Amino acid sequence: MRLILKNCNVMGKEIRDIYISDGKFCAPYGESEADRIIDVKGNLVTPGLVDMHVHFREPGQEYKENIETGSKAAARGGFTSVCCMPNTSPVVDNAAIVESIIKRAGDIGLCRVYPIGAASKGLNGEELSEIGLMKEAGIVAVSDDGKPISTAGFMRKVLEYCADFDVPVLDHCEDKSLSGGAMNEGPVSTSIGIRGIPSASEDVMIARDIIIAEYLGLPVHLCHVSTKGGMRMIREAKARGVKVTCETCPHYFTLTDESCVNYSANYKMHPPLGTQEDVDAVIEAIVDGTVDMIVTDHAPHHQDEKEIEFSLALNGIVGLESSFALGYTYLVKTGRITLDRLIEMMCHNPSSLLKLGRGGMNTGDDADLAVFDVENEFVFDKNKMLTKGRNTPYDGWKLYGETLYTVMGGKITYEKLC
Amino acid sequence: MGLKNKDLLGMKQLTAEEIMEILDTAKMMKMVIESGNKKTTHLQGKSIVTLFYENSTRTRLSFELASKYMGSASANISTSGSSVNKGESLLDTARTIDMMGTDIIIMRHNQSGAPHFIAPYLNASVVNAGDGMNEHPTQALLDMLTMYERFDTFEGKKIAICGDIYHSRVVRSNAIGLTKLGAKVSVYGPRTMMPIGIEKMGVTVADSVEDCCRDADAVMGLRVQLERQKSSLFPSVSEYARFYAITKEALACAKPDAFLMHPGPCNHGVELPTEVYDCDQSVINQQVTNGVAVRMAVLYLLMARRNEL
Repeated sequence: MRLILKNCNVMGKEIRDIYISDGKFCAPYGESEADRIIDVKGNLVTPGLVDMHVHFREPGQEYKENIETGSKAAARGGFTSVCCMPNTSPVVDNAAIVESIIKRAGDIGLCRVYPIGAASKGLNGEELSEIGLMKEAGIVAVSDDGKPISTAGFMRKVLEYCADFDVPVLDHCEDKSLSGGAMNEGPVSTSIGIRGIPSASEDVMIARDIIIAEYLGLPVHLCHVSTKGGMRMIREAKARGVKVTCETCPHYFTLTDESCVNYSANYKMHPPLGTQEDVDAVIEAIVDGTVDMIVTDHAPHHQDEKEIEFSLALNGIVGLESSFALGYTYLVKTGRITLDRLIEMMCHNPSSLLKLGRGGMNTGDDADLAVFDVENEFVFDKNKMLTKGRNTPYDGWKLYGETLYTVMGGKITYEKLC
Repeated sequence: MGLKNKDLLGMKQLTAEEIMEILDTAKMMKMVIESGNKKTTHLQGKSIVTLFYENSTRTRLSFELASKYMGSASANISTSGSSVNKGESLLDTARTIDMMGTDIIIMRHNQSGAPHFIAPYLNASVVNAGDGMNEHPTQALLDMLTMYERFDTFEGKKIAICGDIYHSRVVRSNAIGLTKLGAKVSVYGPRTMMPIGIEKMGVTVADSVEDCCRDADAVMGLRVQLERQKSSLFPSVSEYARFYAITKEALACAKPDAFLMHPGPCNHGVELPTEVYDCDQSVINQQVTNGVAVRMAVLYLLMARRNEL
């Protein structure tokens, strides 16, 4: 497949044509040699985005999502690479499941899917899973996401053992003895009578992880950080040289716990939506470089698990198809950060932490890219999503940054049909 | 006048004017109850269903009697003995009841927001008879009726509420309703049972039972909801009784003509010593009568709104 994209506004810096051949960016060739020529009409072209935190639910929970629908949703969001979390059924805690996921994703061929292995067997928080063998099979990190790595002692073991294999450890920070509620604890939870989760539940675990990482001199990555206190501790730890990295999600810079007042479970996730102070702190941390990545924590659920009583509904929202537009609209268009910084968080940084080798746009690099319309407003419509999930809080939101095309390895994986 | 909304989901959704209209209507309904002939035709030809996912004596019976006194057909469903035990979802159950031509569904549920969740899907009006830890509006309305019979205005009155504030839907509804009418609400209980940010609801958190009751016009005890406690929030019943109960001495800190209320059922000797429960200032038994009157008023006003549409 030889593809030419004409009039590309590459990273908002230069208008040029992009030539692709055999899955790679290449030197210009004659238009008559192209299989397809697309005029992207000066729209924004970025490297293919990387989301290092998604849940594709396969194997075992295909009624929520599978690798195919997840890949389609990723492509529609401009993503060409995703890392899928291991809390499937069965759990990704051995090489055979890792291989099967990679095989399935390759056969589907719409997105590069990098599995993350479980840190503990069956996510039990007690015994190490076969991390070395899973690394050979293709995992790019370990995590017990959905659950925290339960005890400080086991966290130490995981960090040490993973260091032998150069496998990053991603921790979901939550002290279960403090959490146990369904939304952020504060005046809103008190007023509407929903059991609260204190921000201290996340902060206590962030503090613990920083202390252990600092003591051992080993790296740790903190998932979906949402609190003011967490960002402050990570900023301080980085300043004194602790090898800590962190990610946040679009919902933590666009929504507060006030959204929960109507008991819609599309505002229910873990960690929970915080206060305006938390949102301001997350944005500050994005601006000053404390935040390394923006991820979606794409967590599709079936309607029967979300359109029920708030406290009984499952945690999580889908995010792949709204992430770039939310980042662009709320961070870049508002002048808080540059487009370069957004792409650093949504492509280069996750690629570099997990050694994915993504994000290059030079001759010889894999041809992964996305084309976005950042000039015209569009209305986000949940019914147009390609994920199986409909659990988004962004239905009807007016945003900038609609995906027009996504190309992965020289193949068009998404194309907006007018 | 009349009620604005199809449903009565909570005191949050009522204006001060609507609350006063319910209380004034309830005063008239009370005359019906106290007359020898407890029969009106206000709800004739209408049907009312109570759907209770939690146990109840007072609330359920008073709703049932209220609808019967006003001539409606009424039926009851509880979770045991219904398809809820077969795993039917709340929404499916509610829609099923709705499709049988029900005018008003009165629901108690252990999940906060459950009535808010089903109401938009239904033609029937939904009355919240208690949802989780959120609200219990008709309890607050009957408490307010009990106060309104004893003072003309809520403006500037001090209401003391002591006990398990965290788990109490009665407190939330009372705090919202009373502050809307200009009363001052003071609360006290173990810190482990005091929800974060309760001050934002316009109430004052006191330092002790005595401090809470000081110069109060009315004092309300709350049931310690042992069934709602996931973990021990106080060490023992006797320690609770020693430090957090409304004693005779604490009640003496209130105004001389202050009266004592309790939503029931009461754990005697825990939140209230029995001699306090039975003391002259106690209006706990009158509250029960007012429960029927207030529920008659609510059903009447909701049905009047439905008839207008």
